[in-house]
Amino acid sequence: MIQIKNLTKLYGRDVVVDAFTLTVRSGERIILLGSSGSGKTTTLKMINRLIEPTSGSVLLDGLDTSSLPAHELRRQIGYVFQEVGLFPHMTVGENIAVTPTLLGWSPERIIPRVNELLELVELDPEVRNRYSNELSGGQQQRVGVARALAAGPRVMLLDEPFGSLDPLTRQRLQKSFLNICTELNLTTVFVTHDMTEALILGNRIGVMRDGQLLQFGTPYELLNQPKDEYVYELISTPQRQAAFVDSLIASNPTGPVS
Amino acid sequence: MYAQLYFLPEYLTAHLQLTLLALLFSTTISITLGIVSTRVTWLEQPLLAVAGVVQTIPSLALLAIMVPILAALDLQSIGFFPAIIGLTLYGVFPVLRNTVTGIKEVDLSLKEASRGVGMTTFQQLTMVELPLAMPFIVSGIRTATVWVVGIATLSTPIGATSLGNYIFSGLQTRNYTSVLIGCVAAAILALFLDSLVRAIEVAIIRRRRGQLAVALVIVVMLYGYAGFTLAAPMIDDRQRPVIVGSKTFTEQYILSSVISLWIEHETGRSTSLIQSLGSIVAFDALAAGEIDVYVDYSGTLWANEMRRAHEKHVERVEVLDEVSRHLEKKHGITLAATLGFENAYALAVRAVDAERLDLHNVSDLIPHATRFVIGGDYEFFARPEWLEVKETYGLRFREQRTMDSALMYQAAATYAVDVISAFSSDGRIVAYGLQVLKDDRNVLPPYDAVILVSARLVNDDPAVVEALTRLDGVIDVDRMRAMNLRVDSYGHAPSTVASEFIEELLTTGSR
Repeated sequence: MIQIKNLTKLYGRDVVVDAFTLTVRSGERIILLGSSGSGKTTTLKMINRLIEPTSGSVLLDGLDTSSLPAHELRRQIGYVFQEVGLFPHMTVGENIAVTPTLLGWSPERIIPRVNELLELVELDPEVRNRYSNELSGGQQQRVGVARALAAGPRVMLLDEPFGSLDPLTRQRLQKSFLNICTELNLTTVFVTHDMTEALILGNRIGVMRDGQLLQFGTPYELLNQPKDEYVYELISTPQRQAAFVDSLIASNPTGPVS
Repeated sequence: MYAQLYFLPEYLTAHLQLTLLALLFSTTISITLGIVSTRVTWLEQPLLAVAGVVQTIPSLALLAIMVPILAALDLQSIGFFPAIIGLTLYGVFPVLRNTVTGIKEVDLSLKEASRGVGMTTFQQLTMVELPLAMPFIVSGIRTATVWVVGIATLSTPIGATSLGNYIFSGLQTRNYTSVLIGCVAAAILALFLDSLVRAIEVAIIRRRRGQLAVALVIVVMLYGYAGFTLAAPMIDDRQRPVIVGSKTFTEQYILSSVISLWIEHETGRSTSLIQSLGSIVAFDALAAGEIDVYVDYSGTLWANEMRRAHEKHVERVEVLDEVSRHLEKKHGITLAATLGFENAYALAVRAVDAERLDLHNVSDLIPHATRFVIGGDYEFFARPEWLEVKETYGLRFREQRTMDSALMYQAAATYAVDVISAFSSDGRIVAYGLQVLKDDRNVLPPYDAVILVSARLVNDDPAVVEALTRLDGVIDVDRMRAMNLRVDSYGHAPSTVASEFIEELLTTGSR
């Protein structure tokens, strides 16, 4: 369980995140949704202290995250980056093993763990000895997910992890990710600006704007009782897009002109 | 050629010691500073600026300036130590710059990822930033390597043996084989070390572990060799050899060899030579006990050390006496012997001009000086004697040119200059058809060649000093000219000329 209370970040006089309060239940998948500049990534990074909050607190299963050294906190939390951030001088296997290595696991424990994770993210175990620049974008982000999961964290934070992938790859990864979350009963906070992704992956969705949490609820609640016009516009985007696509197909029954 | 190659192992080893040690220091210093400056960002610009300025100091000057600085700090100011410091300073900039660039170039997303996976600041540095910056750092080390190998040849004038010994003594004695050996050996060493570092660079980039291991083993072996050869004399408990110094011209090379052979023959003590020292450097080295014996000239000491160049009409014996007393009192240096000849500064002109213009004395030059160009060695125009000559005779030459003393005579003979500051014992005055003008107003002091010995030698080795006193009066000026000429014009090695002289001295028993 993650309890976020009045989390605030100021850069000089700019309020980037404004008294953000939210509780993530164990095993729940929370989506933070918003356009760029809404403060969602800053909020996410304050949870594992990649960005130190100006004020407010985060409790992880009741423990205040500011009570332990930042690097120890981060070893307990899986983090998947938008830019993936695989270390180019390490093999795939070494990348996945990085947090367990920092935690001082023995090689006898690390090697089977790496194989297990490669299987979990549906990669050929052979890629273990390859370097990240030899992998496709989708494969790289699967490794990114495996690296975040390596030390068996209770909590996963993901910052637009599938944003730069092509739609088909993105769909496959979303599906894999959903399976992994269910299988490992992970508590996750997932940042995206993609409404469809939010609806597919989230148990509950928090809509952010100008550093504030506008509304927080299940997809059903957000669709049926949007708090204001902005939330409604955002949440109904996939439906409007689907309707538009339908109308295009209907107006041209013979198929696209070549 | 073969006589020259005999010195190769010694010079090459010394060169390797200088290069490897300086590179080790400069790499350690600059990687550390580079890391610090990426953490303490305001340090970066000042550090790079300072290192860059050091880089713009001409390398010979950077090395030479270490001598007075270290002497002022009461540290060993001649030889290996100042050379190492100068070379280390020179090697800092390329490695520092590349370390800073390499670490700064690491992608921001990777720096964030390294924090995100739970690394401490130190782990971020050692596991991510340094490995990713490594290709940059190694390429900086490559640049430093080539520079330091080249610049190490300039350690010779400050008393550190290097491949520069070939170059400096070769240039002075017109022995171009020697110069060539020095240059080629330095170039080969630079190429070899460069390709070794290059192999490490490629091995890192291409992730060839085997190649990396082989290259590193070679590096370790080189350092092992340098370290062993450096340490060997220190743990050797035999007596320290008598160290004979010489300045940078032919006569000095010959005389240092003569002295060294004489000491070995007469006392059985081993000797070692430190050649090609600058004039002032040699005196300071003797005063500091870093060399034990060398030959200087009474007038040089009179003018430079005692600052009495303005006194005219001084007697030869008087100068010798006063110099001897002054050195003893002020520096504890003993004047062991006068060799028997003078090597005076003397103005010389082409003999044909002398005849045509009826030049016999320096004062005869006065009406012609404004049409003449005068050439002098590196020191001459800055020396108090020259200022006195200029003043007393009222000489105003059209132009004055500084050049290597080995080239002056040829320059006069080929009309590049008209008057030179010749050395009276140089055989090339006659060989090049030149004529010395008489100092008719007695401005220049006498320049008797004298053997000076350090206080240390007087205390520790009286037998050696006693043997040296027996060289009193053994070389007259004709003899010295002939020996100089054999080296300068006929290409004999100074050591050969010296050993023939010693043999003759022993057989005729003229001592």
